[in-house]
Formats: sequence, C-alpha cells, structure tokens
Amino acid sequence: MTMNYILQQLVNGLALGSIYALLAIGLTMVYGILRLINFAHGDLMMLGAYVSSIFISATVVPILFAVMIPTLLMAVMGLIVERTAYKPLRGAPEVAMLITSLGVSRLIQNSTVLALSPQPRAFSLPGDLTKTMNVGGIRFTQLDVLTFALVIVLMVLLTLYINRSKTGMAMRASSENLQAARLIGINVNWAIGAAFVLGSALAGTAGFLWASRYGIIDPFMGFLPGVKAFVAAVIGGIGSIRGAVVGGVLLGVAEIGFVGFLPPEFSGYRDAFVFTLLLIVLLVRPNGLFGASEVERA
Amino acid sequence: MKSIITRKNVVLLGGLVLLVILLGVADATLNNYYLRILQLIGIYIVLTASLNLTNGFTGDFSLGHAAFMAIGGYTSALLTMPLAARALQLAELPVWFQEFVSPFPLATVFGGILAAIIALPVGLVVLRLRGHYLAVATLGLLIIVKSIASNWEPVTRGARGLSGLNAETNLWWAFGWAVITIFVVWRMVHSPFGRSMIAVRDDSVAAASRGVHVFRIRLVAFIMSAFFGGVGGALLAHQLTAITPPTFSFDLTFLIVIMLVIGGSGSVTGSVIGAIIMTILPVILRDLERRFDLPGVSQIIIAAALIAFMIFRRQGLMGHRELHPSTWFMKKPATPASVDAPQQ
Repeated sequence: MTMNYILQQLVNGLALGSIYALLAIGLTMVYGILRLINFAHGDLMMLGAYVSSIFISATVVPILFAVMIPTLLMAVMGLIVERTAYKPLRGAPEVAMLITSLGVSRLIQNSTVLALSPQPRAFSLPGDLTKTMNVGGIRFTQLDVLTFALVIVLMVLLTLYINRSKTGMAMRASSENLQAARLIGINVNWAIGAAFVLGSALAGTAGFLWASRYGIIDPFMGFLPGVKAFVAAVIGGIGSIRGAVVGGVLLGVAEIGFVGFLPPEFSGYRDAFVFTLLLIVLLVRPNGLFGASEVERA
Repeated sequence: MKSIITRKNVVLLGGLVLLVILLGVADATLNNYYLRILQLIGIYIVLTASLNLTNGFTGDFSLGHAAFMAIGGYTSALLTMPLAARALQLAELPVWFQEFVSPFPLATVFGGILAAIIALPVGLVVLRLRGHYLAVATLGLLIIVKSIASNWEPVTRGARGLSGLNAETNLWWAFGWAVITIFVVWRMVHSPFGRSMIAVRDDSVAAASRGVHVFRIRLVAFIMSAFFGGVGGALLAHQLTAITPPTFSFDLTFLIVIMLVIGGSGSVTGSVIGAIIMTILPVILRDLERRFDLPGVSQIIIAAALIAFMIFRRQGLMGHRELHPSTWFMKKPATPASVDAPQQ
C-alpha cells in the first residue's frame, strides 16, 4: 500500500463525504427546529438528479444550468412538501411526523416511477468534466474539483446567511427553543420554511453531484443516501451545521476507507458498517461532535 | 371461584368456532389466489399485532421488524429445506446439518426463538435510545441484517437466496399463529406488565418514579415482538417457498408500520383491522395498476392515504380503544363509560 493509494482513497472519500455533507445540512437544520427526521430529503436529491439529467443530455446549454436549475427547483419543492405535508402536523407527536415523512418519501419515489419509469437511466457527464488530472500521482477528475469548490462556496454562503441575516437569526432562535422563539414574536413558520428551502436546494445540488459520480439514476436512489446523511448529521451533532459538514466528510472518508483498505470480501458490508458506526456514536457520544446535550423531558 | 362459563368466554369460544368454520369453508371453496391472500392476512396479523407491543403499547418506534422476520425466515428455511434442495444449495455446511430436516412447526418456533435471542443483545444496545434515534437505529439493524443475508454465502447463498422450500404455510398455520399472537399480546397488555408498558409509553419518567423498571419492560416488549416477528418471517418464507435478501426489505417494515398506524397503534383489535385492510387494499390497487398500466399508482395512493391519516386521524381507526364483541349483543350497559374507557 503506497502513500499515493492512501491519498487517492482520501480524495475519493472527501468527494463522497462532501455530498453527504450537503445532504446532512438540510437534515440537521430541519431536525434542529422541528425534531423531524425528514426521510423524504434523499428523495429530493433524486428529483434533483432527474431534473439535472434533462440539462446534461442537451448539449447546447452550459453545464452551469444542470447544477442551478435543480437547485432552484428543489428549493421550491422543499417548500411545497413542508407546507402541504408537515405544516398541518405542528405540535403533533414526533412519531406522527416521522411516519408522514416516510409517506412523503414513498409518494415522491412512486410519482417518479409513474411519470417516468422504474428503470434506471444513464447520467453521462460531458467529456471534459470526467477528464482526469494527475497531481503528484493522485488522480483528480474535474468533477472532484468542481465538487469541492461547490461545497466550499455553498458552505460559506450558507454560514454567512445563517449568521448575518434576519431570517438566519430567526432560524437559529427557533432551533434553540421553538416555543420561546414564538413567544418573542419570531415568525417560526417563516424560519421553518427557510430551513426547508435552503436544505432542499442543497439536496438539489447534491443530486447533480451524486448522479455525476455514479453515472446512473433511478427513482429509489435517494433513500439510502438520505438516511446515511442523517447518520452523518448525528455523528457531527444534530442541529449543528458545522457538525453536519464535519460528520458528512468523516462518514464519506470512513466509508471509502472501509471499502478501500479492507479485503474485498468486506465491501458488501459497507452499509452495515455505516450503521454500526451510528450505533457506536449514539452509545459513546450521543450528542455527536458538536451537538448540545438534550435532556429527556418529563 | 369464578365460573369459567362467562358471557365473555362463550362469545370468545363462539368466535373461534366461527373462525374455524369460515376457514374450513374458505379452504374447500376458494382457489389458490384467494387462499394466498387469506394466508397473508393471517401472517400480517401476527406481524402487526406483535409490532404493536413495541410501537403501540411501549412507545418504542421500531423500524426493524423485517430484520427479525429475516432471521426467522432464514432460520426456518434452513431447518425445513428438503434434502434434495439442500444437497444443491447448502453443500458448504457441515454434514450433520445437511441431514437434519426439522418439521415445519418446530422450525417456525425455532425461527421465533432465534429472533428473540438476537433481540436481547440488540435491545440492550438500541433501547438505550428513544424516539427518533431508536427509529434510525432499528432501521440500521434492518440494513445490517440484510447485509449479512446478502454476503454470508455459505449459509444464506447471498443474493441467490434459499429456494425449493415446501409450501407448508396454509390457512390453519397462518390463522393458528394469528390467534396465538392476539391471545398472547392481549394477555400481556391486560396485565400488570401491560399497564407498566402503557405507563412507560405515556410518561416514562413518571413510571420510573413509581417503581416501574422502565428498561426491563421495554426490553421484554422488544424481545416478545421479535419472537413473533421471527414466526411471521418463517410463515412468509414457507408461503413464498423461496427467499432472498430483498424479501425482507424496508418496504415490508413500512407496510407493517402502515397497518399498525391505520388500525390504531395502541389497540390490539385495531392492529387486526389494519392488517386486514392493508393486505386487501394493495391487492386491489395493484390489480387496477396492472389493468390500466399505471406503475406506482397503488403505492402513491397508499402513501397519500397514510399522510392524510396522519393529518386528519392521527390515532388511526381505533386509537386506543378495543372492539369487544362480547358486549355487542347486550342491552345498554348500566354504566355507559365502562366499555370504552380510555386506558390512561
């Protein structure tokens, strides 16, 4: 095992981890405010990938559209899902929201089956993005570079927005304490809507990146990455955006490392590995790396 | 001593006799297609009523029922597989095992017991979590079990699965186990243990302060639920006669959760009603789906119905109430509140 091999796996892990991070941010914002595990989040990523595929196959439009259009459309979609399915459940028990999000996930998946087809379809990037560059023996594709750049830019923008804008402040307050935020006159529905819009937009971007990386899309592709991204958010500390990013990257690197450094007969267990990791984190450090502790209320 | 011939017991016995007669008539008259649907109803009653122990009565929302079904299904399949099929599929296992064929009823119980045994260490770990975290952890359990089923080639044959089982599951086994499950769950719930379960669900801190062993109650409920999950998996395996890892998918867990939620988690009779409705409805919808060539529509309708239920009737059809057939033919009870008093 050479140094190059290790660095190569690190690059691959970082690329996968960046996508987990994008998804985890949306999940952690929503969970922070509503205590809702949005199982439909991964399915928005799937929709984003399908929207993106329309622009990828049309050679005349610049690649930028294949990233931006799904991002914008999923922002709208996230708001629609929130207002129709989750808003009527304000104040309902956690489990009711959880079941609803499973229902929404199933609804989105099968609507895609109905509208298009259950068959997977190819998602092939234009040639220059898959071209590899060789930097000191480690191979990057332009897609890797694009992934890192996109994730870093989006992260900076999001952090600025959450920390500086009025809406961001409302979101942070709602996440801290929803009742108290409501009492001091914060429009919590606005804050919740913003969390869904921002999170779903990032899921749309993630859809493009995921599909570009694996080259194939199908209506059920989003569920498992969505759940794994939740695992990432838990590892980082649920409710914390910084935690979601760190958790996502760590999970991506760990998953690729598991596949890359163990004998090949273990690679079938990569999903099992992710969830074993989750169990260990929940037992050893239930608040994750950056999470605030949550006391069980009477 | 109280007489055993009470109104309740007479109605109960009458109900059982009626069920046996109905099943006998169905067995003699219906064709295979309808018989299979009826068998499925029995199997899903086992699964829904047992999931109710954790998700409904103890308030531990588990998404891992299909994991225990997989354990029961694979265990029983390995035990009952006919010798000819064994020689082809399990050549890598030790010789003594290859020659040991267990009868189906025993294999079903073994499947349940193994699921329960595995539920003990799993429960010790995951039940330290509550609420959402428990849901995701049990979903993780399902994914871990599926990974093992997909990769443990010598025993599970990986993606090829186990096939060539005898179709042992018939109406009598399916409904026999359904009756046993309902009986056990009902007796558990209507006992001091059951009142502790409900106390844990409604307010675990208050329950603990009144001396309820919260963790022990949750663990026992989880293990009992796993036992019947394993039995249900064994029944399903011997109806399908072939099982692969996708047989025990997240879809299966989700379907059972829907049955429970629509029937009313927290009601034994509710879970029976939910299982019946949600076995028949998808069959009808899938039939329409094929006829009009609209793939996915049945799932869309079910998902939309589930969301509507969550918004407009969260407690499901029955909520925490029970059907009491023994009171149906009585004159108005003297104390009207006695029948449907909520279990608080």
